Amino acid sequence: MDKQTKGVLFDPLFNNNPIALQVLGICSALAVTTKLEKAFVMSIALTVVTAFSNLAISLIRNYIPSSIRIIVQLTIIASLVIITDQILKAFVYDVSKQLSVFVGLIITNCIVMGRAEAYAMANKPGISFLDGIGNGLGYSMVLLVIGFIRELFGSGKLFGVEIFKTVNDGGWYPTNGLMVMAPSAFFLIGCMIWIIRVAKPAQMEKE
Amino acid sequence: MLEHYLSLLTKSIFVENMALAFFLGMCSFLAVSKKVETAIGLGAAVVFVLAVCVPLNQLIIVSLLKEGALVWISPEFATVDLSFLSFLVQIGTIAAVVQVVEMAVDRYAPALYNALGVFLPLIAVNCAILGASLFMEQREYNLGEAAVFGLGSGIGWAMAIVALAALREKMRYSNVPEGLRGLGIAFILTGLMAIGFLAFSGIQL
Repeated sequence: MDKQTKGVLFDPLFNNNPIALQVLGICSALAVTTKLEKAFVMSIALTVVTAFSNLAISLIRNYIPSSIRIIVQLTIIASLVIITDQILKAFVYDVSKQLSVFVGLIITNCIVMGRAEAYAMANKPGISFLDGIGNGLGYSMVLLVIGFIRELFGSGKLFGVEIFKTVNDGGWYPTNGLMVMAPSAFFLIGCMIWIIRVAKPAQMEKE
Repeated sequence: MLEHYLSLLTKSIFVENMALAFFLGMCSFLAVSKKVETAIGLGAAVVFVLAVCVPLNQLIIVSLLKEGALVWISPEFATVDLSFLSFLVQIGTIAAVVQVVEMAVDRYAPALYNALGVFLPLIAVNCAILGASLFMEQREYNLGEAAVFGLGSGIGWAMAIVALAALREKMRYSNVPEGLRGLGIAFILTGLMAIGFLAFSGIQL
């Protein structure tokens, strides 16, 4: 694997994380992380959609008139999301029910649009595909970390398997109710951004 | 009847606030909340687009896409179910409405157009709009409910972004740890606001 490929694939994980640094695609990152399973399925769905939309848009990038490119991109992305949604409904119906509207919201997830616009419109198909996977992985990483913390401390479970025996089941762990509610996701992502920026001072914002 | 609509309105503004309970439209919520003025402009545009798009999408879904909805063309279409197209159709409607709104505002209120600038076209990819549409589809609202729900979610979102912008303007005078400045503290502020909004849960008129 040469250096450029590696950079495209792994940079979005830490150095240029789509959620923590580029501030893209936050909506779903917050909403689907109450359980690790939901976060996991969502991550895969988004990575696949980003990769293939990058590939498709890159393939036809020289034929799209720039005045209508947004609507072309949206159509491609929406079609891919429809396929993803149908597949999820067919194979993991329970999770798809829990994700409810958030699968559809991949269409307006800024990561997909952002990468299509910023990368796929200017680069060759192969490398654009990898860029899509890389950014999908960066997104997945944040989702899985937040999902891990929220499910473990909020209900004492991971992937639905009991890790801490909760007080309600006669165990020792009193569940943290805040973790399953909306605000905790904001705090966790805020703290995560703080940690990343302390580790990499170049990412700090100048006022 | 009126009570039902009023209750739906309060529910969509406070209890199920698009931004603070469902995290929708977060990208522009965090990016455009540095100044109260621009926040008000964007908020107003979102209210308008939501109030138009949600009922419009409801009409399209019920009269064109649902199973059996095409019977009016010919009885043969009674089993045609186009609802798998709903994502594509909804995002199309939203993009079209935003485009029309943009042209109308440009023609009749140039001052407002200049103030909103790039945020106006960006509303098309604001997930609060598509999110509200999808919730409307999922909960099977009728036309009246859809209109009220769209308006309410818009007002709720606008209120949240104006409140956050006001808080962030004040934050300029406080000593935030360096790594937390900007985005980090905005997240934590939003979290605190979300806790405040939790107090509304369970309220019914």
